[in-house]
Amino acid sequence: MGIPHEEQVFEKVVLELSVHNHPGVMSHVCGLFARRAFNVEGILCMPVDAGHESRIWLLVRNDTRLAQMISQVEKLEDVIGVAQRGADRRVFEQLEAFFQ
Amino acid sequence: MHLSGAQLIVRLLEQQGIRLVSGIPGGPALPLYDALAQSMQIRHVLARHEQGAGFIAQGMARVSGHAAVCLASSGPGATNLVTAIADAKLDSIPLVCITAQVPSAMIGTDAFQEVDTYGISIPITKHNWLVRDVRDLLTIIPEAFRIAESGRPGPVWIDIPKDVLTASIDVAVLPLPGLRRAAPELNLDLLGRAAELINAAKTPVLYLGGGVIAANAGAAVTALAEQAGLPATMTLMALGAMPVDHPLSLGMLGMHGARYTNYALEEADLLVVLGARFDDRAIGNADKFCPKAAIIHIDIDMAELGKIRRPDVAIQGDVAAAVEALRSLVQANPRTQWCERVAELKRQHPLALPHVEDPCSHYGLVHAVAAELDDEAVIVTDVGQHQMWVAQAYPFRRSRQWLTSGGLGTMGFGLPASIGASLAQPERTVVCFSGDGSLKMNIQEMDTAVEEGVNVKVIVMDNQSLGLVHQQQDMFYGKRIFAADYKRHTNFQKIAEGFGMQVFDLDASPDPRATLRSALKAKGPCLVHCSIDVQQKVFPMVPPGAANTEMIGG
Repeated sequence: MGIPHEEQVFEKVVLELSVHNHPGVMSHVCGLFARRAFNVEGILCMPVDAGHESRIWLLVRNDTRLAQMISQVEKLEDVIGVAQRGADRRVFEQLEAFFQ
Repeated sequence: MHLSGAQLIVRLLEQQGIRLVSGIPGGPALPLYDALAQSMQIRHVLARHEQGAGFIAQGMARVSGHAAVCLASSGPGATNLVTAIADAKLDSIPLVCITAQVPSAMIGTDAFQEVDTYGISIPITKHNWLVRDVRDLLTIIPEAFRIAESGRPGPVWIDIPKDVLTASIDVAVLPLPGLRRAAPELNLDLLGRAAELINAAKTPVLYLGGGVIAANAGAAVTALAEQAGLPATMTLMALGAMPVDHPLSLGMLGMHGARYTNYALEEADLLVVLGARFDDRAIGNADKFCPKAAIIHIDIDMAELGKIRRPDVAIQGDVAAAVEALRSLVQANPRTQWCERVAELKRQHPLALPHVEDPCSHYGLVHAVAAELDDEAVIVTDVGQHQMWVAQAYPFRRSRQWLTSGGLGTMGFGLPASIGASLAQPERTVVCFSGDGSLKMNIQEMDTAVEEGVNVKVIVMDNQSLGLVHQQQDMFYGKRIFAADYKRHTNFQKIAEGFGMQVFDLDASPDPRATLRSALKAKGPCLVHCSIDVQQKVFPMVPPGAANTEMIGG
């Protein structure tokens, strides 16, 4: 019985961020995860609402610091809302074919 | 009104109540400086290095609690500000930093003095902007002040291309100034649970952080402590929140806290954390900090709740409002047994202040200065041994009496922050304790101090070394002192004289106390020089990574 790899321990979740759509928002979001040493495994971003807002999907591991990370993301002025999604948002799975 | 972008910025700053800005001009910033020169309300203080400008603004903000403004031009002007802004971020100091940028059409071409100011400023600000259209200034400037002062305060950064500064705009009415947002509403159920925990606790301790100062909650917290018999310890950032000679004060905790403080915390069965963030220098090894204590954590910043230690009750809100609410729920209780136990710990393990009777020694100089001043003075430090000696030994009794670089620990903070403090509150005497290492890091601001005639007394504790590095190498690196000693002695007196500053040398004085008194009473800025034995240490000391109870010395 070895210690299981972290990969096996933590399920992956999708964070769905509604953000103001202007240059620099992606830098804010990605920079925050990087400097707090929280790995992001997948990123998708598309404009919505006629380009006034963007939706960012982040594929992250559901480890013990996730709640802390969400609190930090919510502090970003350009983030309008954060929702945590599980199996109901299969956006990354649907994209897997493009990465074969 | 027909205005240029630069004129609009000046108008918006004026109606925001800004009367003093610090900065240094440069090419792209010239339209802004030209508009500023026409202002009848705003005075500009010319720093000698942009980092100095940033810390001058910090000094203004730290004594007043209101957002202060610093300016710089593009490229090196902006990068030189970075340390002062990062320092403000870590200590939650409200600043509005405005930099000029190369013209929009040249952004991305590696133009002369172009740097990605927006990108650089992201991780060190609460929020930042690159202004792409002159009309956006109408929303961004008020928003900048609102964000800087709301919730947990912090710095914001506005980068403005030169063509936006020169563009013209017709403005019918100016937007309203940006005001602090109301704090989130308090959860009364959670406050009730917090009160129950306090009422049931046998050995509770208040752990006060810089948030108590930011929320102007010092008086409310002291009243709560008195009502419920709660001994209170303060972080470096919270010194002054409760008078240190108050019977319930436990003084500063952590790496250089007194033994009795860290021992009392070890016995706590409840820790009431107010506006503090479990910083590693305050709590030592997080797993071994207050092992028996339940935790109530109250903070304006949701992300601090549970970041390091999972609280039993977590309340987001304004600390002053929360403490006022708690006062109506918490039972009056002198908690005599616990207070007697704390008094016993104080008697058994007091803070040792060797040589305190000698005004030319490390602790003695701090006490000698305190003896000449009342609580209205502002005490500023740089970073290093002198900072810890002052934090340990100076009798702080007033919020915003004490300004120090806590989170970032920036050497070079002291002199410019003192200038800013004195400019904002010229009626006060401002004392800047510094070390020879720190003072050299922004020594050019002596020129600014003399030009502005500020009432700043720089007291340099000169041990010809980087004392805290020297101490760690001596204690933890086999006494191999490397790159921590200065080989030549610097004549600070001549440097100060060169800048036109009055000089007082305690080394040469037959009566150091009298010399110190004359210095503190002298008009305008002066330098007080005193040599300090390089072998003196800051004790007690918790080795990095150890539990707070594993103190060395003291």
